[in-house]
Amino acid sequence: MQMPQPNDNPRSSGGIAARSAPGTAELREEDDTVESGDRSQPTPASGVTRAPEVGAGAEPETAEAVHPTKVDVRSLSLWYGDTQALFDVNLQIPDKDVTALIGPSGCGKSTFLRCINRMNDLIPSVTTQGQLLLDEADIYGPDVDVVQLRSRVGMVFQKPNPFPKSIYENVAYAPRIHGVAQKGAEMDDLVETSLRKAGLWQEVSDRLSLPGTSLSGGQQQRLCIARAIAVNPDVILMDEPASALDPVATATIEELIDELQSNYTIIIVTHNMQQAARVARYTAFFHLGEVIEYDRTDTIFTTPREKRTEDYITGRFG
Amino acid sequence: MAAPNLKAEKRTRQRYRRERRFKALCVGAILLSVAFLVFFFTDIIQRGYTAFYQAEVRAEVTYSERTVDLPPAAVDDEVRPFVSRGWLRQLPDHVEADPDLMGQTVTRWITADAPVGQYLKGQYSELTEQEKAEVDRLREQGQIRLAFNTNFFTNGDSKMAEIAGIKSAVVGSVLTLAVTMAVAFPIGVMSAVYLEEFAPDNRFTRFIEVNINNLAAVPSILYGLLGLAIFINFVGVPRSSALAGGLTLALMTLPIIIISTRAALRAVPDSIREGAFGVGASRLQVVSHHVLPQSLPGILTGSIIGLAQAMGETAPLLLVGMMAFIPSAPEGVTDAATVLPAQIYTWASMPQRAFDEITAAGILVLLAVLLTLNATAVVLRKRFERRW
Repeated sequence: MQMPQPNDNPRSSGGIAARSAPGTAELREEDDTVESGDRSQPTPASGVTRAPEVGAGAEPETAEAVHPTKVDVRSLSLWYGDTQALFDVNLQIPDKDVTALIGPSGCGKSTFLRCINRMNDLIPSVTTQGQLLLDEADIYGPDVDVVQLRSRVGMVFQKPNPFPKSIYENVAYAPRIHGVAQKGAEMDDLVETSLRKAGLWQEVSDRLSLPGTSLSGGQQQRLCIARAIAVNPDVILMDEPASALDPVATATIEELIDELQSNYTIIIVTHNMQQAARVARYTAFFHLGEVIEYDRTDTIFTTPREKRTEDYITGRFG
Repeated sequence: MAAPNLKAEKRTRQRYRRERRFKALCVGAILLSVAFLVFFFTDIIQRGYTAFYQAEVRAEVTYSERTVDLPPAAVDDEVRPFVSRGWLRQLPDHVEADPDLMGQTVTRWITADAPVGQYLKGQYSELTEQEKAEVDRLREQGQIRLAFNTNFFTNGDSKMAEIAGIKSAVVGSVLTLAVTMAVAFPIGVMSAVYLEEFAPDNRFTRFIEVNINNLAAVPSILYGLLGLAIFINFVGVPRSSALAGGLTLALMTLPIIIISTRAALRAVPDSIREGAFGVGASRLQVVSHHVLPQSLPGILTGSIIGLAQAMGETAPLLLVGMMAFIPSAPEGVTDAATVLPAQIYTWASMPQRAFDEITAAGILVLLAVLLTLNATAVVLRKRFERRW
């Protein structure tokens, strides 16, 4: 497995960059520039280098630019009953950035995603082993409350699943049950902000009382994103968020992901490799429950180290 | 089209024929069941509707010390043979209800004896030819008429058909079903919610599930035995009370409610649960904020169907003593009571011909109540139904 291994002290300031995001050490100064390069020309094969006109050089190297590790996965294994679905997964997912998980169907990427907010707890036969640290605290620890955890790690599902309630209620639900906002003006503000962040406010501001299910598929998915960000989570998990949408709605969602990444750590599972290339800075390739390769997206798509990665991204299998 | 393929054409024709044949069979089945239904309703209505009006005699009723002791003396000799003895027996009650009547003579319409009504309605009557002529004469004079049968709705059971009514059975049914629902609905829904949303899937819960499914198919008379053993012999609930009957029917309805509630809960798509869990709702919040509201129409429908079934149930109530002669409506759940189907059975086994029509009328009332319940189920389902 070609990926950074956890060490005893992975979060010493230098170590973060080096270990948390593979390749960051070499590319540290390029972070911002590469990012913009990535976004403006979505082809992964463009052999990204610097885009010198961006004012990256002027930007001081802050902790933000370094992107410390947000989610640190250490030898995570998972079983459905007797069947092992994840084998010793190690991943350091950087803060406030987009990480894509790709791989053929059944490779365990969705299973892995659902470990991060412990949605797998809902399946009784699942057993896990290993550690999954969110901000250095093991979320599988004995005193972790999953309700608290899920207010910090939001999730957007493959099929848009707004609650069969009004648009307003869809967004206000999570803040209410977590006591984030009071009823009335405060909640109205929060609903508006969340819908604005999800890029949906313009379209629905005059019909907040209509059922969320009356929106189009793409709008529903953005409503689900608004619902997830209403409690201001640290991490947003997206399980193929655009796979049920048409290309236009998909593009909207991708733009949205792009905007959200400055505030949230986004982990996205996708079947669509172009999508991974367009939205994600880091990509992990899963195969048969193992992480085969984890690196910067451009590296994965241009110079993968592993034969299997190359075969997959070139469409030879999967 | 290219050159016609004869073989394919033949097959197509055959397929069409087969489809037509199948459709015809289905339509035939529907027609047959509709015919049964129409026959049943026409028969019952034809027999029953005459019970809703009855003969009345206009007579001077004297309220005095003597007539309270000897009610038949309260009316003239001329009309006495045609007046209901059952009505006359209520005379002391009238005085008790309104003491001012004492010493007065009131001219009023009073219930006629059952054979008079039967004769006027053109049915078999045990009146002699002479009496029939007398009735005809009085009717021409306006002393006898057919009027709406209020007795049927305001009285309890009686051995005399003309004053027998369905009120005590209706009140008994309402009380019994109230007990049934008060017990079975919360317990059933809670059990179903626990089994469906909270319980781990292990051998024990599967065992319970299998048993509940089997309970729904247990002959209802066994629930009667169980009710007799538990509620009457062990707990000491008064025999033939609405409480005993209601609890027994609750035992019987419970599996139906549990099964239909579980089906309704299962019909809520998992994506709703995932969405709610995903924003950090606890299991209780997921169930109470999302799953239950979504499944409410299904739960209500199932429960009302269970209620309707309990409403028509007689066998288990035989054993807790509700097949009883109840002349006055029960005033509480511990009073002796009977229920509609039991009342219908009691009437059906009465020897007098006059009970024929009120048996049919009782069936009509039961059907009306059941149809109302089912209509309520449909309305509730429509009202709470939401799309997702």
